[in-house]
Amino acid sequence: MALTLDEVRHIARLARLRLTPEEEARYREQLSAILDYAARLAQVDTASIPPTATVLPLHAPLRPDEPRPGLSAGQVLANAPASDGAMFRIPPVFE
Amino acid sequence: MADLTDLSLLDAADGLRSGAISSRELTCACLDRIERQDPALHAFLAMTADLALRQAQAADRRLSEWRRAPDAPLPATCGIPIAVKDVLCLAGEPTTAGSRILEGFRPPYTATSVQRMVDSGAVVLGKTNTDEFAMGSSTENSGYGPTHNPWDASRVPGGSSGGSAAAVAGRLCFAALGSDTGGSVRQPAAFCGVTGLKPSYGRVSRYGLIAYGSSLDSVGGLARSAADLAPVFHIIAGHDPLDSTCVTDPVSPVDLDGVELHGLRIGVPDEYFIEGIQPEVEASVRRAIEVFCRLGAVAIPIRLPHTDLALPVYYLIAPAEASANLARYDGIRFGPRRAAEGLMDQYLETRGALFGPEVKRRIMLGTYALSAGYYDAYYAQAQKVRTLIKDDFEAAFRGVDLIACPVAPTTAFPIGAHGDDPLAMYLEDVFTLPANLAGIPGIAFPVGFDRDRLPIGMQLNGPHLSEAALLRACHAYQSMTAWHTERPPL
Repeated sequence: MALTLDEVRHIARLARLRLTPEEEARYREQLSAILDYAARLAQVDTASIPPTATVLPLHAPLRPDEPRPGLSAGQVLANAPASDGAMFRIPPVFE
Repeated sequence: MADLTDLSLLDAADGLRSGAISSRELTCACLDRIERQDPALHAFLAMTADLALRQAQAADRRLSEWRRAPDAPLPATCGIPIAVKDVLCLAGEPTTAGSRILEGFRPPYTATSVQRMVDSGAVVLGKTNTDEFAMGSSTENSGYGPTHNPWDASRVPGGSSGGSAAAVAGRLCFAALGSDTGGSVRQPAAFCGVTGLKPSYGRVSRYGLIAYGSSLDSVGGLARSAADLAPVFHIIAGHDPLDSTCVTDPVSPVDLDGVELHGLRIGVPDEYFIEGIQPEVEASVRRAIEVFCRLGAVAIPIRLPHTDLALPVYYLIAPAEASANLARYDGIRFGPRRAAEGLMDQYLETRGALFGPEVKRRIMLGTYALSAGYYDAYYAQAQKVRTLIKDDFEAAFRGVDLIACPVAPTTAFPIGAHGDDPLAMYLEDVFTLPANLAGIPGIAFPVGFDRDRLPIGMQLNGPHLSEAALLRACHAYQSMTAWHTERPPL
């Protein structure tokens, strides 16, 4: 199935990726080819087959709810491209 | 003594215990060799030489204390120099996952698997090259340039743990940690002629592993033989309260003494000996199966009928999970940022500029497979077909103990061979990714060479948590053969 350029732009926006016009054209072609290849899955009858999300039995292990040391603010902010020492700095969100 | 870097891990461990060599000598020998060889190989993205020398000094103290009380337990890896794939965090040291979007990142904590190696006394030489976020089969997708195969520098080392495999093959270290989401330990092990273990899903903690496909990712190891790899696996395996997907089953030391394979049933699946496989690969794997039979095993033809669906299933599920996992790279908390007027533009610019082409391709593919209107047709259908693939293995393991097959359809291909053809590259994983979809362990090891003297690998798969059986079978084979002792022409 061939994706349209508009679909590629929509996916890129959902994925928060700025693409160049060349990338849009190339990904349209490559993603269409990959999806064509994946289309063979549609021919498998899975009406009675449950999905596998994980191969392990699902369980939520619990531990005693006791406070433990975590990372300091300084450690958390150390890799940030911009911070004011106590918080991450980002461009304005509200006008 | 010849070059110290030629010793096996276990022989080096013996030398350390007896006091004939020191960890500092071993570490300096590796660092010297890396300085000489790595400019041509580019196996390492970052060296941790200062840390390594401090760890070596501590190991030498620990060894000398042990010699005064040699009844105390001492891990085989105490004082042994290793390398760590750059998708595993090491506190305070550069960790990039091969991506420009993590350039300069120094994690505040260490991955459990790495910490356990460090606690055992192992010496970390540096971080090894990888396809960006472990997405690739050649290490060409690294944001920092490709790694070269020690057997032929014009060829890829495989991927994504290509740096770790090249470092082990090139005698730059004694063992290395890697990660395997669709074959990323086993395929580079095969291409570089070393032994690589992908443990069962959940066997080794993934705390501190930079996430790619969370239902598939596993942390594994590479070394020059199963005997060298066994202690590494034993150290990194086992429950970790910091990873809720890590199983609680106990891990025993792998006993390689007196290995015999009498009555071992080895399944040989028709579906893995397909048209298009390099004839020398098939011939070497079939000869290796004969060696197993001479050791007492019985080869039994089996069917894994849904094998041809594993590739499309994987390339929907892994990108879908990746698209969610890589949402965290937003230019706010870590990594470089591309400045822009508003927050949305900052996301778009930072991610568009700093993710490489394959990562963007998989994020797009996964975003599409999960998007409204397509979820059921792609992602949900892939999860159901995944059940059929898992059931194939469960049915097979009712009749056989292990499964033998090739690791990859070909030996190492030339750098650039797959150019800009993602599907051709994805086909490299056709024999390795079914194990990830089923969550079962696999071991890759050398079983011959092709006419260009490139290593040929073979794979054994076993049921969930059967790593010891895989290591024992591989060790039995390596006790009878010498492929794993061949050295690349460096």
